[in-house]
Amino acid sequence: MDLSNFFVTGDPLILGSQIAIGLTMVGLVVLITYLKKWKWLWEEWFTTVDHKKIGIMYIIAGVLMFFRGGVDGLMMRTQTSRPNMEFLDAQHYNEVFTTHGVVMILFMAMPLLIGIINVVMPLQIGARDVAFPKLNALSFWTFFVGAMLFNVSFVIGGSPDAGWTAYMPLAGKEFSPDIGNNYYAIALQIAGIGTLASGINFIVTILKMRAPGMKLMRMPMFTWTTLVTSVLIVAAFPILTVALAQMSLDRIFGAHFFTVAAGGDPMLWLNLFWLWGHPEVYIVVLPAFGMFSEVIATFSRKNLFGYATMVLSIVGIAFLSMLVWVHHFYTMGNSAAVNSVFSITTMMIAIPTGVKIFNWLFTMRKGRIKFSNAMLWSLAFIPCFTIGGVTGVMLAMAAADYQYHNTMFLVAHFHYVLIPGVVFAVFAGLYYWWPKMFGFKLNEKIGKWHFWLFIIGFNLTFMPMFFIGLDGMSRRMYTYSESTGWGPWLLLSAIGAFILAAGFAALVYNIYWSFRYASRDIGGDPWDARTLEWATASPVQEYNFAVVPEVSDHDEFWNMKKAGRTKIKREDIKDIHMPSSSGIPILFSIALGIVGFFLVFEWITLAAIFSVLIIAGLIANSFDYDDGYHIPAEKVWETERKWRGDL
Amino acid sequence: MLKRQFPLNHVVGFLLSIVLTILAALVAMQTDFASNIKMWIIGTLAVFQALVQLIMFMHITEGKSGQINIINIVYSVFLAVVIVAGSIWILTTGHAAH
Repeated sequence: MDLSNFFVTGDPLILGSQIAIGLTMVGLVVLITYLKKWKWLWEEWFTTVDHKKIGIMYIIAGVLMFFRGGVDGLMMRTQTSRPNMEFLDAQHYNEVFTTHGVVMILFMAMPLLIGIINVVMPLQIGARDVAFPKLNALSFWTFFVGAMLFNVSFVIGGSPDAGWTAYMPLAGKEFSPDIGNNYYAIALQIAGIGTLASGINFIVTILKMRAPGMKLMRMPMFTWTTLVTSVLIVAAFPILTVALAQMSLDRIFGAHFFTVAAGGDPMLWLNLFWLWGHPEVYIVVLPAFGMFSEVIATFSRKNLFGYATMVLSIVGIAFLSMLVWVHHFYTMGNSAAVNSVFSITTMMIAIPTGVKIFNWLFTMRKGRIKFSNAMLWSLAFIPCFTIGGVTGVMLAMAAADYQYHNTMFLVAHFHYVLIPGVVFAVFAGLYYWWPKMFGFKLNEKIGKWHFWLFIIGFNLTFMPMFFIGLDGMSRRMYTYSESTGWGPWLLLSAIGAFILAAGFAALVYNIYWSFRYASRDIGGDPWDARTLEWATASPVQEYNFAVVPEVSDHDEFWNMKKAGRTKIKREDIKDIHMPSSSGIPILFSIALGIVGFFLVFEWITLAAIFSVLIIAGLIANSFDYDDGYHIPAEKVWETERKWRGDL
Repeated sequence: MLKRQFPLNHVVGFLLSIVLTILAALVAMQTDFASNIKMWIIGTLAVFQALVQLIMFMHITEGKSGQINIINIVYSVFLAVVIVAGSIWILTTGHAAH
């Protein structure tokens, strides 16, 4: 790698971003120094092991990445808004759709979901933290470093440009000699460590740390989906780890796992990628289903319809999700038997998913529905997601898929699945659990603007893609001629994208407005909700529960309220054992980032030298004998009295 | 305070894993066996390594949650079969076979 290519140059758009990034970073450093907040940031946030703060950092990172991925999306829709448009060139367009995909799936959807899981799941099961708090911090920081490493690619060294799927041989050294795809392989690898650790952490937390009396079949639905998603993470992410390691060896060290000439097989990459990639879809969508279940039950003021079938269908979806990966490459030239088998398994997924849809509808039936913002997103989810699901069954048919494969029809389909399935859920979850995180509600009126702009923009952006896709437009086309007749559709889609962006802006404004003006006097249970997280203060005390509740049935907090069991007694409070903060996770992750950066540039010697930092981090952690500290019962009692009023 | 003792199991397991991995690489790169024999050797080493990890790191022989362990093992074996056998089936039939 020649140093003269270190910074990406020559494109005014990128030059503008470089200047903007530089100024923002200088501005942030100056601002933090001016406000004397460095020590506070380090002690309260960077070294924290509190699951709620880690969750909030995940959510902030996810929203930032949402912005970045969204700008990519706007650039694409602007480029295709008219025939023969000259806003982006082919190379730039390739980079933009690649980073859009990677950022949205791995650095937007994943952290937003894992963030909300982090905040909510331990509270729902009556735990005081996750099972391994320091590992949890490590998960966040490896994710964050991976995401940042991926994001610097567009100003330093050049972005990956072979699609978020990075198909071989295109993404190999021969056809993509630039370092862009090294960023893909290394950054995803670093972020993947964090995700895998999160999965293990959540499984152990749920299996071992539930409040007394909370049997598995009494867990809230969101906790159930978290458990099943975590199992899927542990099952699927190692496959990505292996595939990325092979890709790195191919690209950086000259191995040939994926080159035919040397006895490798490029199709092996597709196979491994989708062995991870398909379960990944369910990893992001299952917690979202859990959020909708909580929100719909709360705002219909009924318990969830068909709890047991809900659990069964989640497990069924998870089981099937490992058996369908070939439907992403029916056209590879598989035998008829392969395509038929995977066609059938794919269509079978529609059954448990359908069960869930009907369960949500029956939960609402005869309920006293309250149209809060969280509920609006859940209501909009059902028809939008169903469109995505039904077109998914169309795509599942291998023979028909030869027509749809890699067209805009597919693009429309997966946006109709992932946006209602994940983004709507995250919005619903944010509006619903915001008081638990920050102690105030988001404004409902600005929220309505957010909702309607986003819903209208979403449908306007992606509905036209079904039609131009059937009309033959393939995905990832950066230009087209007027004679295709796609111009008006794509213009409509571009207009929709900007309305979508306005919806996102309304959310950001809502956060700002509510932070400044919203009432802080909302109590612990502003929605009259059903599950244990609402038995805590808003925002939640650092120790979560002064007294760990005893669980006797589903929707325990609802039962407690009905039976008047929400009060606590002074004599039940004991000293609470808490984990200490640690600087090791952030420093260790930064070391990974430095080594990763050198690997991206193929500076092997430097990478080897700085690997010492990683090993030092492991050793430092092995000798870290900190057993945490205790919050005295007296102090807990004081805190409880403050938010509960008179006890 | 928790009782601290030297994590002998972990160190031995770690070293064994490294040795087994290097052995597999050596067999693949430095020997002249026919490729299907290499596959068998590597596969056998992989099974050994899995056992090392299960016993030394995952404490499969400790604890009381026997039922959960059985579910885990059955599911893991199922996944391994799906991934390995599935991949071979997909990549060796169809156009690759012609």
